[in-house]
Amino acid sequence: MKGIVSKVVMGAAALGLLLAPAAWAENIKVGAILAATGPMSFLGGPETRTLEMLVAETNAKGGINGNQVELILKDSTGNPEKAVSFAKQLIEEDKVVVIIGPSSSGETMQIKKIAEDGKTPLLSCAAAEVIVDPVASYVFKTPQKDSDAVKMIYKEMNKLGLANIAILVDNTGFGKAGQEQLVKIAPEFNIKVAENEVYDKAANDLSAVVAKIKANKEVQAVVNWSVVPAQSIVAKNIRQMGWDVPIFQSHGFGNIKFVEAAGAAADGIIFPASRLLIASDLPDGHPQKALLVKYKKDYEDKYKENVSAFGGYAYDAFVIFEAAVKKAGSTDRDKVRAAIEQLKGLPSATGIFTFSEKDHNGLTMDAFQMMTVKGGKFVAYPAK
Amino acid sequence: MSTELFVQYLFAGITYGSIYAIVAIGFNIIYNTTGIINFAQGEFVMLGGMIAISLLSFLPLPAAIALAVLLTMIIGALIEIIFIRWLKNPSVLRMIIITIGISILTREAAVHIWGENIRALPYFVGNEITTIGIMGARISPQVLWVVGVCGVMVAVLHLFFRTTSVGREMRACAANRLATILCGINPRNMVTFSFVLSAGMGALAGCVMSPITYSQYDMGTGLAIKGFTVAILGGLGNSGGAVAAGLLLGIIEAFSVSVVPLAFQDAIAITILLLILFVRPHGIFGSGEAARLKAF
Repeated sequence: MKGIVSKVVMGAAALGLLLAPAAWAENIKVGAILAATGPMSFLGGPETRTLEMLVAETNAKGGINGNQVELILKDSTGNPEKAVSFAKQLIEEDKVVVIIGPSSSGETMQIKKIAEDGKTPLLSCAAAEVIVDPVASYVFKTPQKDSDAVKMIYKEMNKLGLANIAILVDNTGFGKAGQEQLVKIAPEFNIKVAENEVYDKAANDLSAVVAKIKANKEVQAVVNWSVVPAQSIVAKNIRQMGWDVPIFQSHGFGNIKFVEAAGAAADGIIFPASRLLIASDLPDGHPQKALLVKYKKDYEDKYKENVSAFGGYAYDAFVIFEAAVKKAGSTDRDKVRAAIEQLKGLPSATGIFTFSEKDHNGLTMDAFQMMTVKGGKFVAYPAK
Repeated sequence: MSTELFVQYLFAGITYGSIYAIVAIGFNIIYNTTGIINFAQGEFVMLGGMIAISLLSFLPLPAAIALAVLLTMIIGALIEIIFIRWLKNPSVLRMIIITIGISILTREAAVHIWGENIRALPYFVGNEITTIGIMGARISPQVLWVVGVCGVMVAVLHLFFRTTSVGREMRACAANRLATILCGINPRNMVTFSFVLSAGMGALAGCVMSPITYSQYDMGTGLAIKGFTVAILGGLGNSGGAVAAGLLLGIIEAFSVSVVPLAFQDAIAITILLLILFVRPHGIFGSGEAARLKAF
């Protein structure tokens, strides 16, 4: 008797094994390499949660073209070596249609070639311009261009009559890429870089370097270009020295947690960022308004935390993937890749995407809005 | 260099320096009673800050800090009782691996409890933009809190080791473990006590520095490296040396900004560590003879 039972169980298990792959075969596999934990988790955390939310929503609605989406999440912890091995695994073993991520520019640059060789579209959530310039046929990115952010900042400086600046950047891939653009574009706007320093991403007090910059009497404004929490320390140290210099920051400041960390020192910081941060203040009829308000509400209801621009970059990646699969009517990697290049006027969280063979970012300067901080909140700049 | 800039650099250096010194003293207390380096020392600093921030939602600031220090001390005692006390004559290498393991374990537990976000205690006086002027330089009042609390801690610790019987027993245990047992002192209790003491010091430092540096689950490692450098620089086991070496390293780091790019700041600390290890392995203030007598 016992023998029969075990045979039946074994048989059923074997049948299950045979059946299971058939049932999953229709799923559309999406890989995501995001820094869900670790020092870059303020990027990867909101990105991971956004993707989980969007995938659940899409599947509840019946999936894409009738197929369920299967999200394979890999936590890189911000470590490029891990990102590399996850990318190989996703391409070769899981055979995903696209890879979303990584969160940071450094990681993306490491796996750019792997995606290219593996002929798998990569939708990076990292900002540095070098990701898509020069264009690699399978590599796309959703955050705005660094150079556009720099131009937005310099345009504002010209208006305010600020000509001599100090540049402070963090030592991440984002910081270094920003520093390069800031120095390169400055002459176009008649701006002189008087001081230029790099700080550690794990720094916990930067008063010495702030003292050095402050001692240079030429400096009229500080550009603090960073994507890590240390950027809030810079702002605090500047104000603690009783220095009321105008502070400009990058789109890497687009997480309300950085504002909370800087406290009163955050007030008045000027920076370009995604409209997501001020969704409800947008005029009705703005093409992004409806989706931004919905995304913000869904995310904040579900996770009890403020939405950030970084989660928005993952939102974009998913929207682009969904639109491309629908357009291609297929999950063939090459067809999906070609479909992405043909997407035009696609509204999403960060901006309205129009891709082409030469433009794998799809955004213009219009994806930025100058913002400032007032009473611990993001508001449009100039503040009303 | 103007006086103003000089004072500004000096204060920045003293701020970093006092924090390094406290972590280094934590290393020293445990090293003295056990002969091991507790690589989980930085985690005590993290725990102090994190627990205080959590308690702040129910308690006023001073009570939250006091309770956080107490809880961290209990955690320190538990760590020693669970992981170290029952080992019979463990080798130095084994103990070091155990403390590294504890450090990773604490960090992972912290990320599950508090998440990966940065948090901070509010400023004790004023807020993020409050400044006070000293000789033309301007600093946050919190800097004075950090320097003051660290100074008081060092003084109290010194008195504790010189004047109280428990303090004397701990020193006896450090000097000669066998003789201590013969005198009827249980060295195992002294080891537990040394963990409690260094956990409490780390936690208090973690609370006063939190408004300036923030607290985050993974802040311990960086602090442990700097603290270890300072402990070696001052001579392992030498608390006065740790204070001098901590301030020295902090001030060198701060002034280095005026000559080399900021990016080299950490390289300076590591270069000093390597130089000391090559040239004077017993530290600037330590005695070579004492170092040889240790089993380490």
